[in-house]
Amino acid sequence: MTSRKSVLVLGGSSDIGRAAARAFARAGYDVALAGRDVTVLEPDVADLRARYSVEVGLHKFDVLDTASFDSFVSSLPALPDVVISIVGLLGVQQNAESDLAHATTIMRSNYEGPSLILGLFAEKFLARGNGTLVGVSSVAGDRGRASNYVYGSAKAGFSAFLSGLRARASRGGVHVVTVKPGFVRTKMTEGMKLIGPLTVEAPVVGDAILGAVERKTDVVYVSGKWRLVMLIIKTLPEAVFKKLKF
Amino acid sequence: MTLVSGWGRFPVVDSDVLRPRSFEAVGEAVATGSVARGNGRAYGDAAIGAVRTIGMTGFDRVRSFDPAAGRIRLEAGVLLSDLIDTFGPRGFLPFVVPGTRFVSVGGAIAADVHGKNHHCEGGFGRYVDGILLRTGQGETIEVSREQNSDAFFATVGGMGLTGVILEATMRLRPVETGWIRERVISASDLDAAMRALEASDAATYSVAWIDCAARGRDLGRSLIYLGEHARTDELADGAGAFPAGKGPGLAVPIDLPSMTLNRYSIRAFNELYYRMGARRAGGSHVVSLYPYFFPLDSIGDWNRIYGRRGFLQHQCVIPEPGARAVLGEILDRVARRGDASFLAVLKKLGQGDGILSFPLPGYTLALDFPVKGDILNFLDEIDRLVVTAGGRLYLAKDARQSRATFAAGYPALSRFNAIRKSLDPAGTIRSKLSQRLFDEV
Repeated sequence: MTSRKSVLVLGGSSDIGRAAARAFARAGYDVALAGRDVTVLEPDVADLRARYSVEVGLHKFDVLDTASFDSFVSSLPALPDVVISIVGLLGVQQNAESDLAHATTIMRSNYEGPSLILGLFAEKFLARGNGTLVGVSSVAGDRGRASNYVYGSAKAGFSAFLSGLRARASRGGVHVVTVKPGFVRTKMTEGMKLIGPLTVEAPVVGDAILGAVERKTDVVYVSGKWRLVMLIIKTLPEAVFKKLKF
Repeated sequence: MTLVSGWGRFPVVDSDVLRPRSFEAVGEAVATGSVARGNGRAYGDAAIGAVRTIGMTGFDRVRSFDPAAGRIRLEAGVLLSDLIDTFGPRGFLPFVVPGTRFVSVGGAIAADVHGKNHHCEGGFGRYVDGILLRTGQGETIEVSREQNSDAFFATVGGMGLTGVILEATMRLRPVETGWIRERVISASDLDAAMRALEASDAATYSVAWIDCAARGRDLGRSLIYLGEHARTDELADGAGAFPAGKGPGLAVPIDLPSMTLNRYSIRAFNELYYRMGARRAGGSHVVSLYPYFFPLDSIGDWNRIYGRRGFLQHQCVIPEPGARAVLGEILDRVARRGDASFLAVLKKLGQGDGILSFPLPGYTLALDFPVKGDILNFLDEIDRLVVTAGGRLYLAKDARQSRATFAAGYPALSRFNAIRKSLDPAGTIRSKLSQRLFDEV
């Protein structure tokens, strides 16, 4: 056991997960990575161990297997100080419009699973009296758009869950951070047309998450420009908004 | 297809860009006419596939690190900036760093990059002990000085043409601090500059910045920057052993109009730079490794200063003896022309390590020029001087030399080609550069 703070990264194999894990390890946190396929995460564990003098753990976690959440949490060697959920699935909007199974997977991966697991950790943190929960949501959840509303609605649900959890947990010494990254150059956005000035690299998001945890920020738009962009998008009257194709 | 260019933003060409996420996917991506690309800091067309370009920066994991031996195994997409920021504070730096830290390890091996210490410590490849290579014919092999040594020496400096570099094992330099004890010498002309570099062979780091607007009696007047790794007891009180790393402070947000750099602004800049540097000449002082090694990294996207049409860097090496006359002639032509920019760097090199490595014992001169007017013809004429003197051009910077210039400068090409052929009989790995300079048509 160490006296260092610890962070658990759910969805550690994503680019943002890798960046967040490195940012926290650099800041001296012990890190545990969790993901569906632990063999995929093994090189990341080796990377963190080689780079930083911190403890690095590895756990199997499947966001769709909600029945396993209780045993997942109780099987952890210690309750971490910070839990970050980066789990998510962009999916393919067009397929999700008619393929209910695909739509369900998107909804469960972005809303149900992340909300339930963070909710579970919130109970443990409240019992302990401290801790920080980070949910990586999306600007796509700020308003449902024609081009990605299945994903967007799930992220909207997740954002709402985090908002409510924050209000409740803050009275018990537990902080909740909502992160809305905007466009990030990652494997998830590979092939998407990203707008240069609104796009950031994954390490920027990792640093922003660390900063938000340390400064106890509530809602983080990684690039400040997105706050403005989404404010405009949110205030457009529905009559205008529904004519937009984006 | 995507429009792709190098750091010089010339030429801009079509190539499919793939970003595989596993070594298996790299294997699938390697197809006829492909080459790997690191962080895109080669200036010309070296890291652009003839048909397909394989982006490698996603492979940025360290496999293992042995602090006792200073030995590190890492994926090819790790940037030197990452290595410095991560391992510098633990007392380890790369042995060799080029003028920018934003290059990948794979790219640094492929170009066998040199730094300010090449005259005494050699190039990047000298500190690489093993390379995991995905060849054009589909094998994944480990190459080193002992194992597949032909392939190893063809890969160091081989511009990615022996296959995709997946991983490498290299040695890092143990250092007490991340600071450099710098000494600046001002030299009133080219002779003085070369004498000063000659006399500084024992310095670990040495480089001359030339005022390329100076003419006549002042031709080649320079500031020579010598450097040694500072020990802890040389630091100012209160200075940490490792300086804070900083991202680019300023950035060039847009393409500046190409007229921003003209003979007057360049002359003024060079004059000012020389005078400010000359005032610091004489004594020694301690500076952070970041401004010492990477002065231009503090300006993000500085390549945009040359405008939309991009720029060319011309970097040659002229063997000794006889370098003085040729360098004088080149500098004189450049000074008369008036549009060379603030990057004119003179540096002494030693023997290169790889079969196609750029360095040879002599002097290297780097100049950059905006792409406009008759610049291509002008550089062709400079190339004739280089070839006549037995010199060559640096492939990592090149976007325009002719096949004849290349063939004259790299007599080991036939040996390189034979090794390349044995690794890749079907000629799968091809870059725009290899097509331009030496692939059979």
